[in-house]
Amino acid sequence: MAKKTPAINSSSTADIAFLLLCYFLMTTTMGTQTGLSRRLPPMPDPSQKVEDMKVNRRNIILVRINSADRIFAGSDPIDISQLKDKVKLIVTNPADNPNFPAKEPKEIKGIGTREVTKAVISLQNDRGTTYDVYIAVQNELVKAVNELRDEASMKEFGKKFAALDEEHQKAIKELVPPQISEAEPKDVGKSRRR
Amino acid sequence: MSMFKKSEKKEMPGIASGSLSDIVFMLLFFFMVTTQMRETENKVVVRIPSATESVKLERKDLATYINVGAPIRRLQAQYGNEPRIQLNDSFRNIDDIRDFIAAERDSKKEGERALMTVCIRADQDVRMGTITDIKQELRRCSALKIMYSARKGQ
Repeated sequence: MAKKTPAINSSSTADIAFLLLCYFLMTTTMGTQTGLSRRLPPMPDPSQKVEDMKVNRRNIILVRINSADRIFAGSDPIDISQLKDKVKLIVTNPADNPNFPAKEPKEIKGIGTREVTKAVISLQNDRGTTYDVYIAVQNELVKAVNELRDEASMKEFGKKFAALDEEHQKAIKELVPPQISEAEPKDVGKSRRR
Repeated sequence: MSMFKKSEKKEMPGIASGSLSDIVFMLLFFFMVTTQMRETENKVVVRIPSATESVKLERKDLATYINVGAPIRRLQAQYGNEPRIQLNDSFRNIDDIRDFIAAERDSKKEGERALMTVCIRADQDVRMGTITDIKQELRRCSALKIMYSARKGQ
């Protein structure tokens, strides 16, 4: 009597297939693009010149990078590792230094009236600056703002900024408004190398 | 009785094909997810700088890419090793950005044109002069949403 080969039980192949599918779905990165998002200022209109003057001098935090990739906060040279803390200090201005950005009380929906800084961070670079350094500085400035927002949301809502819902995020953004402005191109220092 | 009858003829059992469709679908999904529709050939070397605060690009279908960097080795004899701008598949000048942006904008849906993001993928050794020129040109054609491509992490 010849033995019959038993058929392979195939009812679980579908499960295995789904398992594999889930695995690949989880692990494949779709070549996601990451980066620092920015909004460029619109090209200035000749008739709108006056508005720029309104920003008080003390409210502008000027960060410059020269052609030799040296970083200046205001007029003092600074190392990139200290830049974030320096910017945070200037933006918050805890000692109400008259040379640092002013604050004004503002009614914010959902939080109440708080002191809001009027600081504007302006980043200037030279034509000879390396892109790498420029991105590193941009990153530090973004980090400074993000950390300030985190601190504010911890204080107001007891949660990190990213964990807040949309409405609260909007409120925090109003509370910590500093935007990094892409300054008009200006050659700071002589560009020795291009 | 029937037990003995059956064993007279020896036959191979057919492989169950019920799950074949599952496997095929799985493969299909996998490729659907991973393939990128149109990957332009890179003609410039782009080593993207890294930044810890980089965020994901939200609408990938609304992104436009401007590559900046030195030509790849194969093309250096022809184009030199100065940083060049690559739009779509060819080397272009600053002045071509205007047409490029206009064409890209036309290819997007009417309501979503304002959300178009220009993704600047520049090599980390490029000088800011080139980038500033690009930024000025983008401002002129009012493509104001930009993103500096950067890797996440250190």
